[in-house]
Amino acid sequence: MAQIFHRSTNTVSRVSVFGAVFFLGLLLWLFDALNRSPYTTQQGVARVQPVQFSHQHHVGAMGIDCRYCHTTVERASFANIPPTKTCMNCHTQIWAQSPELEPVRESWRTDASIPWVKVYDLPDYVYFNHSIHVAKGVGCETCHGRVDRMPLVSQHPTLQMAWCLDCHREPEKNLRPRDAIFTMGYVPAGNPEEIGKKLAAEYKIRPPMELTDCTTCHR
Amino acid sequence: MKFTVDSRRSTGVDIGAARTKLGELHGREYWRSLEELLETDDFREHLHREFRVPIDSGVDRRELLTLMGASIALAGLTGCTRQPTERIYPYVKPPEEIVPGEPLFYATAHLHEGYARGVLAKSYEGRPIKVDGNDLHPASLGGSDVFAQASILNMYDPDRSQTLTERGQIRPWSALLAAVKLTLEQERPRRGSGLRFLTTTVTSPTLQAQIAAVLAELPDAKWIAWEPTGRENVFAGTKLAFGQELQPVYAFDKADVVLSLEADFLGSGPSMPRHVRDFVSRRRAETMNRLYVVESTPTLTGARADHRRPLTPAAIESFAASVAAGVGVGGISAGAPADAFADAVAADLKSHAGASLVVAGETQPPAVHALAHAMNAALGNVGKTVRYVGSAADTPAAQTAALAELVGEMADGRVSTLVILGGNPAFNTPADLDFGKAMQKVGLRIRLGLYNDETSRLCHWNVAEAHALESWSDARAEDGTVTILQPLIAPLFSGKTAHELLAAFSAEPEKSAHDIVRDQWRGKLPGDFEAAWQKSLHDGLVDGSAFPSRPVAVRSFPLDPRASTLDPSLTLLFRPDPTIWDGSYANNGWLQELAKPMTKLTWDNAALMAPATAEKLGVTTEDVVELSFAGRRVEAPVWVMPGQAEGCVTIHFGYGRTRGGRVADGTGFNAYALRESRTLWAAPGVEIRKTLRRYPLATTQHQHSMEGRAPVRAVTAAAYLENPGVVAHMGEPPPGPHDTMYPQLPRGSYAWGMAIDLSTCVGCNACVIACQSENNIPIVGKEQVQRGRAMQWIRIDRYYKGSLDAPETFHQPVTCMHCENAPCEVVCPVNATVHSAEGLNQMVYNRCVGTRYCSNNCPYKVRRFNFFLYSDFTTEIKKMVNNPEVTVRSRGVMEKCSYCVQRINRARYAAEKENRPIKDGEIVTACEQACPARAITFGNVDDPESRVSRAKAEKRGYGLLVELGTRPRTSYLASLSNPSPALAPAEEPEKHKA
Repeated sequence: MAQIFHRSTNTVSRVSVFGAVFFLGLLLWLFDALNRSPYTTQQGVARVQPVQFSHQHHVGAMGIDCRYCHTTVERASFANIPPTKTCMNCHTQIWAQSPELEPVRESWRTDASIPWVKVYDLPDYVYFNHSIHVAKGVGCETCHGRVDRMPLVSQHPTLQMAWCLDCHREPEKNLRPRDAIFTMGYVPAGNPEEIGKKLAAEYKIRPPMELTDCTTCHR
Repeated sequence: MKFTVDSRRSTGVDIGAARTKLGELHGREYWRSLEELLETDDFREHLHREFRVPIDSGVDRRELLTLMGASIALAGLTGCTRQPTERIYPYVKPPEEIVPGEPLFYATAHLHEGYARGVLAKSYEGRPIKVDGNDLHPASLGGSDVFAQASILNMYDPDRSQTLTERGQIRPWSALLAAVKLTLEQERPRRGSGLRFLTTTVTSPTLQAQIAAVLAELPDAKWIAWEPTGRENVFAGTKLAFGQELQPVYAFDKADVVLSLEADFLGSGPSMPRHVRDFVSRRRAETMNRLYVVESTPTLTGARADHRRPLTPAAIESFAASVAAGVGVGGISAGAPADAFADAVAADLKSHAGASLVVAGETQPPAVHALAHAMNAALGNVGKTVRYVGSAADTPAAQTAALAELVGEMADGRVSTLVILGGNPAFNTPADLDFGKAMQKVGLRIRLGLYNDETSRLCHWNVAEAHALESWSDARAEDGTVTILQPLIAPLFSGKTAHELLAAFSAEPEKSAHDIVRDQWRGKLPGDFEAAWQKSLHDGLVDGSAFPSRPVAVRSFPLDPRASTLDPSLTLLFRPDPTIWDGSYANNGWLQELAKPMTKLTWDNAALMAPATAEKLGVTTEDVVELSFAGRRVEAPVWVMPGQAEGCVTIHFGYGRTRGGRVADGTGFNAYALRESRTLWAAPGVEIRKTLRRYPLATTQHQHSMEGRAPVRAVTAAAYLENPGVVAHMGEPPPGPHDTMYPQLPRGSYAWGMAIDLSTCVGCNACVIACQSENNIPIVGKEQVQRGRAMQWIRIDRYYKGSLDAPETFHQPVTCMHCENAPCEVVCPVNATVHSAEGLNQMVYNRCVGTRYCSNNCPYKVRRFNFFLYSDFTTEIKKMVNNPEVTVRSRGVMEKCSYCVQRINRARYAAEKENRPIKDGEIVTACEQACPARAITFGNVDDPESRVSRAKAEKRGYGLLVELGTRPRTSYLASLSNPSPALAPAEEPEKHKA
């Protein structure tokens, strides 16, 4: 009886058996890459806001301190988005008729909030506290990037847990002197490693063993 | 009626066998329930299947595999979704005091039976989420009870009355004002003779003044107050003894010897937290007080007694008379029968004259109250352990008579307008009055109520009432202290307060509650009004508003002849339910699912009877019986209650709602249907007929078994003082510090731990509800409770010791022990439960895949699993009650006590920002904060000076199941008792009649 399959079938079956492993691996890699890509994490994606507010202009050009608008950053877990009142402090005087600012004036007139789009959106089971990071010498720039160069704000890091842990394991790499916390483009004056270690001791930063406890962020 | 002893069925509990079994036990043996004692089939099933699973799911193997395959695929796919875009809505003009994400606290009051108890309500961005006691308030002292804790859930109840309606049609407020105006025009010429106001007990000075103003205008109108748990007997008792209606105010901290005549001062009442704190301040070995309790049905107070006697109501009266004769109250020595127990109590009271206290419960007839007052006077306690003040409630004390008169007038058609402010009279008034029927003869019926309930159905106008946390008002505590209630949130359903409805009857019909209350106090506060007003709001009480003590002199009074007329056969006792009270909390899921402190029943009430009574009737737990009294019948499941007085059947009212809401309806039976105005608390001569049906009850008492070990340790104060080491030898010793295969974990800056003092814990459940409120714990429903799936992170175990008829009762709160060598951690395949450097046994919800291995391996059975989507993720208003600092758990996730890690972190942020260590007492867990007895202490066990370390250093400290080498961080302090040397413990079994 003649063979049912031609000899070349052996090669095909070998390739497909071994190829399946690679194919599965490829799929996994693709899934992982997708998961880490800006498509999922939204890293670096500029978000369209109801008002095209430019941090580049307000922070970079005007030099307004972060805390003028984000008043609670030193006191609370949440660094507040400024109320319409804060915008109107200036914009009743300057650019008071600008069509760009109509949503702000409308909010002021109708007492309805401006629906800002959340850029840094942590999962609901993560409890981040701004005030403790500021108090312990982590600069705004460390997580938010050079907002003074962002016309529209985008998410600077991936915001994945690995990124959080990088710093919680080695906090000294991201510590600044207190007067530089709100500075954009901070450059350490001297050996960064030494300064970091010195600051960690001064701020009494807890050891990584404690900083990486699950309940530090999850509860 | 005739009792017949029938042959036992295999399904029920055989009480006779239980008695035999108990006879075989010697020494200090504890038992949890009759089922456990007998190891019934049901109990064994509970034991061996920690969570009872459905036996027949209706799914075959192939179908199951298909479903599993599909669910795995779908579960994988859910991981692929991207986070949806979220928006932030900042304020337009920010309120000055609000920092987003930071809570604010406001002092206001929780009303219980009309009396105020100070609370601090916690609010995030104008959304109240938690209620706790107010340290400054004399009735609270920082402690709270289950009702105050759970009141927050009532506010967010989607079943609340949401609109103003007239005969079912939605109407504006102005329409009601017009209707009231019309009524007033009709009533004015006849001096208001057709107008009646029906309220609950009112202690609000503003409301009292408003009603008085209306009655001054319309002198023939009447105001009636009805509270199903009213304290008529208290006032009648003081009137009998002193000739005036007075409110006794107790100082339990000054009493060496306390006798309670069925007064449940540790378990209920507006001043319960105060009473508990004062009482337990004397439960330390060196300064131990002694508590004698006689009562018909077991209460929390009875559970803490050093000597407790179950007595029928008639026997309590004669017992009170005997003790009164013994302590030298004149004029009653003749008739009092001799009783060794009464003599011993009398002798003990007498030897502590001036530092003793006799308390009578609201359920006792006026004569017993009068006897208690006479005893206190004879013992020289007045002015020391008890003082008397005026009544904060302004209505006639005889509420029942006034209500009966109102019903008579209504039935005769003499009432043209009835205004019902709060309450639920169509449901909770005595059955013989038939209030609902009489009420329908009234021409215009206006109702202000939180719910669209049984009474609303019979009213023309229904006004949605504002919740206490939405209202401006004021109210007095028992001692007269005034609290001004302030709202934390605008009324969710544009509800109105009683003040606003009454204003409609005044010259200023549209005045706001705020202005009404403020104007009432203008000129009455000391000093500058604005400053005093702000201070009163801030402190939660008005300075100097407590009533002064009134001098009293005992008059001679006749003893109530009722004692002799009480039928010695079966007596039916009516009591408010320990968790849903008079029915006003029936739609509160937290309270429905809360295990009742003595029975550990949830979602139902039952007819409680003594084992001996059940034996005589031939019934057992879960048998349905028909109770009939004066021609009215009610069917109820039986609950065999150790410690119940023989011949007494207790039913709790509040259940059997027909229009209570989605949670309330269909639970339990209506005990009010048997309650008559003559026999409000005890109805002698009830008939009980056995039916052939059984009714499953959901109890939590034997869902977790401790396999015959002794989790509770108790010792007499004398024995402990003599040999403090006695507690340590009651259980097996723990293995040595190095006898373990677990790796030694590094220790962080703090080591959190907890100590629970069983000597001061009264088992009141406040911690359970506080934890539920703080940690967003869902309810699961009766059917799931029966399967052992109740979710509360704290359970309070109840143990009995001794005889079936009069056992000693112990309560033990059990929660996650945060073991240093935690058995749960090593079995988790996904590292979802791991140890923190500070000793927390962390539960990471987002890692948990729901294998439940951890729960299987936990020796304390304190882990809870979300078998279904128990948390409500869809009803907007129910989401508002959630604590924003705690994750809301989804289906398939394990959860358990976290030591309130959100509170630890909050304290840590505050401390670290100031570069200092966390101070002792800075972290207060939710259970610790709620505990009226301060039985729970939390802190750093590595700091020898911390409160928790000092507590743990006491010789009566012990750990639960330490022999397993788990090294629990939560430990216990043994319960101390102080039995009288005159009453030898051997005398106890003498009460056995079987």
